[in-house]
Amino acid sequence: MTDKIQAKIIGASKPRIDGPQKLSGQAMYAADHHLPNMAYAYGVFSTVASGTIDDIDVAQAKQMAGVIDIFHHDHFPDLYRTPSSFAQENKVDETRLPFEDNRVYYPGQFVALVVADTFANARAAAYAVKVKYSADAEPVATLSQALARGDEPKTDDSSGHSRGNPDTAFDSSSNQIDVTYITPMETHNPMEMHASTASWENGDLVLYEASQGVIFARNVMSKVFGLPPERVEVRSPFIGSGFGSKLWIWPHAIAAAAASREVGRPVQLMVPRHAMFTTTGHRPPTRQQIRIGADDNGKLTALTHDSVNTTSMTDNYVETTGSCTKSLYDCADLRVSHATIGAHHGTPTSMRAPGAAPGLFALESAMDEMAEKLNMDPLEFRKANYTERDQSMDLPFSSIHLMEAFDRGAEKFGWSKRNPAVGSMRDGDEVIGWGMAACNWEALKMNCDARVSLRADGTAFASCATQDIGTGTYTIVAQAVSSITGIPIDKIEVELGDSSYPSGPVSGGSWATATTLPAIAGATRKAVDALKTYAVGDGGAFAGAKADDLSFDDGKLADSNGKSVAYTDVLKQLKLANADGEAHTPGAPQGEYSFRSFGAHFVEVRWDAGISRLRVSRVVSAIDVGQIINEKTSANQVEGAIAMGIGMALFEATDYDERSGLPINNNYAEYLVPVHADQPDDVDVILLDHPDYEFNEFGARGIGEIGVTGMAAAVANAVHHATGKRIRELPIRLEDLMSA
Amino acid sequence: MRNFAYQRADSVDTAVSAHAGQPSSFIAGGTTLLDLVKLDVMQPERIVDVNDLPLYDIEELDDGRLKIGAMVTNTDLAYHERVKSDYAVLSEALLSGASTQLRNKATTGGNVMQRVRCAYFRDGVSPCNKREPGTGCSAIGGDNRSVHAVLGTSEQCIASHPSDMCVAMAAIGATVTVNGPNGEREIDFLDFHLLPGDTPEKEHALEADELITHVTLDAPVKGNKSHYLKLRDRASYQFALASAGVIVATEGETIREARIAMGGVGTKPWRARKAEQALVGQPANEASFKKAAEIAFEGATPYEHNAFKIPLGQQAVVRSLRNATSA
Repeated sequence: MTDKIQAKIIGASKPRIDGPQKLSGQAMYAADHHLPNMAYAYGVFSTVASGTIDDIDVAQAKQMAGVIDIFHHDHFPDLYRTPSSFAQENKVDETRLPFEDNRVYYPGQFVALVVADTFANARAAAYAVKVKYSADAEPVATLSQALARGDEPKTDDSSGHSRGNPDTAFDSSSNQIDVTYITPMETHNPMEMHASTASWENGDLVLYEASQGVIFARNVMSKVFGLPPERVEVRSPFIGSGFGSKLWIWPHAIAAAAASREVGRPVQLMVPRHAMFTTTGHRPPTRQQIRIGADDNGKLTALTHDSVNTTSMTDNYVETTGSCTKSLYDCADLRVSHATIGAHHGTPTSMRAPGAAPGLFALESAMDEMAEKLNMDPLEFRKANYTERDQSMDLPFSSIHLMEAFDRGAEKFGWSKRNPAVGSMRDGDEVIGWGMAACNWEALKMNCDARVSLRADGTAFASCATQDIGTGTYTIVAQAVSSITGIPIDKIEVELGDSSYPSGPVSGGSWATATTLPAIAGATRKAVDALKTYAVGDGGAFAGAKADDLSFDDGKLADSNGKSVAYTDVLKQLKLANADGEAHTPGAPQGEYSFRSFGAHFVEVRWDAGISRLRVSRVVSAIDVGQIINEKTSANQVEGAIAMGIGMALFEATDYDERSGLPINNNYAEYLVPVHADQPDDVDVILLDHPDYEFNEFGARGIGEIGVTGMAAAVANAVHHATGKRIRELPIRLEDLMSA
Repeated sequence: MRNFAYQRADSVDTAVSAHAGQPSSFIAGGTTLLDLVKLDVMQPERIVDVNDLPLYDIEELDDGRLKIGAMVTNTDLAYHERVKSDYAVLSEALLSGASTQLRNKATTGGNVMQRVRCAYFRDGVSPCNKREPGTGCSAIGGDNRSVHAVLGTSEQCIASHPSDMCVAMAAIGATVTVNGPNGEREIDFLDFHLLPGDTPEKEHALEADELITHVTLDAPVKGNKSHYLKLRDRASYQFALASAGVIVATEGETIREARIAMGGVGTKPWRARKAEQALVGQPANEASFKKAAEIAFEGATPYEHNAFKIPLGQQAVVRSLRNATSA
């Protein structure tokens, strides 16, 4: 079967099938739905970091034009918390319900919600709500403040790992480094605002939600409102990206749905940009200590990676920075540990390559530091510690082509021409730096259901309750159906992003492709089986034949005598509309292999010391993620991740004032992400394209996050090569490089 | 956003009279005003729309000056032939600012009135003498890296002026024409923006209900070469950490005349006259430029996170002078 899949459309470079809808404005996002009689909600957000609400005065606001109701902790229905279980598919990161009590745990927390006839009236009235707080003294606004307070960080036992005797091995290593890296809070900042459009009919909830996971969202809402899941429907056919911030339900969605039920009208609630910095998750700041021991031949003899991140005062979120460290290199004596400490922030959440993005900044910077200490080429140092076995699981990797990624990336980049001396490569006013880093991400696969229908009119239909978050899922589902049926992809209708469809995965963790496509393929084959059954039955095109003797290829059923009939004719002859199939596929096989993806970034930076200007000028990334399903959308994922990695390296940081605990740069002008002009002139993505059939029948492992891992380290290492400055705290700012 | 009365004026006189009598704002492109009204930082009860006023012309005066209507957009001004040829520093400054979409909306008069980007001014709750006189300056001792000044600051306010256009105008020299209840008058551009001193809430020399109608650029310096250099973290769409607009005329290798203005580092568009004087008669070389740059930042006051702006601003001046004179 895999040969048949390979032969056709898998791996082709196909434009997105939903592109025209998006370009022409027909794609409907969560806040594009303006339902009859709909009301609009706007939040009142806490202006203290921590404290108690003494009084909420809504008298003036209630008199204002169009105001329908104003909700707050003294006026809000009793709801239930979700158990927040990943296994039960009802996880959230912030478990506290909105308006649960009069406590303020972070600035920008919902403290009231105004519902009015228009958005403008709701916002105007929200500004007129007067809230009196008793603010607690000394808010905890940063990781360093949290650590300075002397609270003991809470160690997370489930994500730690230790093997051998890392501490004694380090102490006896002939070469040692002991360094600490700091990464800032980052905010996802998808273009599309978080938004909920909720309506109730006969006690059933329909929610248009900007969501990366409609099944989880459906399950959470059913738990919160105490309803059976079939009475809740969550729709998210299009989202303007999420980067993880839209994986789980946040308080605004619950507030919108509750308000809608209370006022008896559909309610739309869009989270304003500033509140998307506080109440819809963020990547928490980390402090990571790395110790590396190596022998004189460049073999690792010890590695420890101990990190701490802030979490909210209400929930525990662990940024697993050591998740790659424990298996990327060959090292018998190793420890990774993670701890958390409370701060007055909203609850953190997964942000593209959670754990790995900050973690590999630290590890791959430290590897560069050790290579320098050993006087080894950084690439050769990594190669010297290559392993094909995941020592943390004591299993072989299912498929690893990291050496090829190193070699092909290096060749394309011209790494052999690198003069290792700091500041030795110049071009006019600019000094050039070359750096590299490995990238790494786990490959995951979940349970999945799907439905496929082959229709008499020559089209096909596929559906699954996963989402296309802008990455091309619609397109690759069509490719998967086409690969088996021969039906051209422009005749394949794909529906995603509705919890009423067969249960599909969250679009996160880079697992949507590996999870969804096998289920789609299985459903397609079941549909073909149904077609065969119809064909051999009474009045069928192959009446009396055995279904098993028929083959299906290129849209035609055929027998061994050379008779061949188009599937559309098979259906028409029987006056049947379609042949359907449904399938369920399980998660990844356990126990035999460790499934991970690999790659390498090579980066050139240019530093103009005369004007303190740092720019990334060239990137080559070689990525080993198994079979490529769609070359165009895959390369696009990596290119986007490179842009995000540049942002992580040079620009992104969410700042809080340590005195007031309030956010500083919670807007799109002052929270810096790379703009078009920051993109390197030259970005070269090499997709290695080696199928991993141990993982699934398509051999694909997923490509959403790996490109962002290691990128910040590659930039930092290039900066060191250019300037001699080892920057261990992100983002790398020009003032860090200015001093002599 | 709070509700406000809206009135569209069809003449300067009706605009001025409509503005009088209650907390009002003129609206042109709206790129600052609407932003701050939505944030609830500005709460005008009346907005007087001046988009219908006949202030869209760029007029070459007989004395060589260029009279720019207040409603001329940043885009139109940047691409105006005379601006590109005789006032390149202004064209470059305009095009380094904001984004294409914003420049298409933003106007000459509005840009002069641009408000500061200080987070504590914009958050609506932190102590801020500009927003609520007497409450204090949160930027001092707070986050003051990017949009705070090292020149012209006071104990009451350290926010930097955000405009690029105004830096170029400060270098060129200009006159602001305003019209109000007492008729028309002219204000020297360098006197238009005020230092914060003890009254940071008072940002400019406009009297009550006065409206900017024109900005008239001085006649260009003969034989000038100019350059605007803006330094920032990312390559576009960021307010200047430091910028320099320079105009230089040379005779042979010797500097005959120089103008230097700086952005991102001052509480107003910052003209560095002493630095200019130090350049006159000197050779156009790195040593002269560095000396001038040092003079330009004499007396600068660094704050917790923006001390780097002093060397960075000097670098902007030096490189800008080099680029101008080597062109």
